[in-house]
Amino acid sequence: MFSKRIWTLVSLLVVMALVLAACATPTAAPVAVETEAPVAVTEAPVAATEAPAEPFIIGILTVGPITDNGWSTANYLGAVYAQSKIEGAELIYAENVNVAANPNTTAAQFAEQLLEKGANVIIFNSDDMKDGVTEFTAAHPDVPVIWLTGDFAWEDGKRYQPDMKSESDVFAKMEYGKMMAGCAAALTTKTGKIGFLGPLINDETRRLAAAAFLGADYCWKSIRNETTPIDFKVTWIGMWFNIPGVTLDPTQVADTFYTDGYDVVISGIDSTEAVTEAKKFRDQGEDVYAIQYDYEKACDVAPDACLGVPYFNWGVNLLPVIQSVKDGTYTRQFIWSDPDWSDINNPDTSPIGFKKSEGLSAENGALLDQFIGELAGGLNLWKGPLNYQDGTEFLADGVEATDQQIWYLPQLLEGMTGDSVAK
Amino acid sequence: MDKDKTKNPNQNSFLMHILTNRASSMTLAVILALLFTSLLVWIMKVNPISVFDTILSGAFGSTNNFTQVIQAWVPLVLASLGLMFTFTAGLWNIGMEGQIVMGSIFSYGIIRIFDGSDVSSALVIILCILAGIIGGAIWALLVGLLKNFGGVNEIFGGLGFNFIADAIMLFLVYGPWKPEGVANGSTKMLETRFWLPQVEGTYLSLWALGIAIVSVIVVTVILQGTYFGLKLKAVGKNNKSSFLLGIHTNRYMLLAFVLCGVLAGLTGALQVTGFNHVLRNNISGGYGYIGLMVGMLANIQPLITAPIAFIFIALSKGAAGLGIDLKLDSNLAGVIQGALVIFVLIMDGVRKVLNKRNKGVQSG
Repeated sequence: MFSKRIWTLVSLLVVMALVLAACATPTAAPVAVETEAPVAVTEAPVAATEAPAEPFIIGILTVGPITDNGWSTANYLGAVYAQSKIEGAELIYAENVNVAANPNTTAAQFAEQLLEKGANVIIFNSDDMKDGVTEFTAAHPDVPVIWLTGDFAWEDGKRYQPDMKSESDVFAKMEYGKMMAGCAAALTTKTGKIGFLGPLINDETRRLAAAAFLGADYCWKSIRNETTPIDFKVTWIGMWFNIPGVTLDPTQVADTFYTDGYDVVISGIDSTEAVTEAKKFRDQGEDVYAIQYDYEKACDVAPDACLGVPYFNWGVNLLPVIQSVKDGTYTRQFIWSDPDWSDINNPDTSPIGFKKSEGLSAENGALLDQFIGELAGGLNLWKGPLNYQDGTEFLADGVEATDQQIWYLPQLLEGMTGDSVAK
Repeated sequence: MDKDKTKNPNQNSFLMHILTNRASSMTLAVILALLFTSLLVWIMKVNPISVFDTILSGAFGSTNNFTQVIQAWVPLVLASLGLMFTFTAGLWNIGMEGQIVMGSIFSYGIIRIFDGSDVSSALVIILCILAGIIGGAIWALLVGLLKNFGGVNEIFGGLGFNFIADAIMLFLVYGPWKPEGVANGSTKMLETRFWLPQVEGTYLSLWALGIAIVSVIVVTVILQGTYFGLKLKAVGKNNKSSFLLGIHTNRYMLLAFVLCGVLAGLTGALQVTGFNHVLRNNISGGYGYIGLMVGMLANIQPLITAPIAFIFIALSKGAAGLGIDLKLDSNLAGVIQGALVIFVLIMDGVRKVLNKRNKGVQSG
């Protein structure tokens, strides 16, 4: 018969054995990559005496899942593009770096994990990771960090951080893409009412919503020759994607737009609710459309309900920065680049593009091309007279906005409805 | 009565020995939880060994990882300790999450008041922690008052107050406390002078760790070494009898809520000044709910909460690497934690039933 004491002892031994067994395999955690094969050490005779080449590892943190068909997918594919062009490069990533999915691990802590797995450069993909960038760069001042959408490296910017010597900011002038989206919406709408499904409110989102409005207003008046003002309404959900109980539900917001006669909804968020709902309404016989954002294939979920998508080719801007890290020539940069106006859809040269979808008629497609041609030719819609939403003057007649005025746009523009700041 | 256990045929079996002994049945529960999780992982076509290896390496593979585990252990053990008071009094404080949120709101509010002032940062941090404690205690007291004087079950009251606390939080971070021109669900970051000092190169605050260790000792002493603890236990075991024996049961239940709220508020304050350095939505981090699981496993023994909380948080932090290494959702840690709780409860139930039956056989 076994006594209780013996059983206790046996139990403890079992637990210890389990722990020891687990600890006895201290193999380095495999690095998840879209990898190239590691340098072979058995083929060449010299390899026997030489250490295998150190892999060059790109790490990226994405705020959403890399399969969101939106922002995070586009960012991730940009990193994949850079990896594919840099010999011997590997890529590791951590996705869902946000407080809803991972409330107890900060972006800085995720970055630490990538660093431990050997990342030579770390990409933070969201404005929401500002605090993470700050903490991480303070702890690791020599590790190259790329903050997508950031402005810490902009010497003329309001948030310039001179001490963050290894941090670079990479962005592209999506304002042009949003103008194209606004134009496509204005050319298509039958009701003269355009909805903008906005994320949270900050400098970036205000200027992108305003850019969409400027494009819509221009094409409404100058191409369609309409005389009544266009109805352009912005509804912010509170985040880049739906967080139940925290944000407004983007599905409901899109539904409300369509129900209220806004027959084109421009999505400013990172997920696909606008086009999904447009598809639903179209299946019920309504003539409504959406315009997606971020990712080239974002319209694929419902091509006939989608007019098109302004999208990013992040790889175009990421590649030279990451290559410079590998080459040892990295210096801090602030990049906010124009499209390649000779071919905005060239994946190797244009950091933003606009992909038309089946919902856009051939006639309107041609008119949109005409508008894009005007932009390429120097048309500047950030030019006065323009007023802020509250009626105060933004730009006097003939005055063009500076980059600072655009980046830090404090309000929406006159003619737009919706909140300029959170209430 | 025949005291010779060998005469009970049930007790002759090997399995019966395992099932009726507390330590061995708990070990079996752990093994079953691991097997259950392995099965799930295997169905997902991932090698279970690599999953556990990744979790272990994510939690203990480096100094940095380990300090992250310790840092996250602090709020979890504090939340779990708070729940020891309400568990002892026979109460389910589901409202712990809301109490942590209110603690963080109160503590951030104090820092806002002194932001830009010349007041000593040490004093501000102390005030911030005290404010957090008060915030959590008030929120817990409200649940207790509703229960005692309104007849509202503490589970429903707690849940209701969780929603209210979240709503207040969202109002503040998207409204009056939002950074200038931005509304992204977070306030601006605290000035570094209002951070609890951290060990250089890590996110760990030894002050926060010290507070947690002292709390373990204090709660243990209160619950296991004082008349208050004894009376609270009596209230939890048999409320009516305690009342008939002269214990002010309502008062003790309220005190249990308040003390729980104190630790919840302390957790919230440390989340602000020791870890997040901002006020943001979801700042409670689910510690209130995970604390309930820890509390259930600890079986109202404060000292035991410390290692159990450590295992739970090591699982959570270690699992963060699952996404990086194996492309698995880090929420798998929650599955392991949940499986642990379920299997421990099942095995505990089985053990009690078998022991009761054996006792009956012996008595018969």
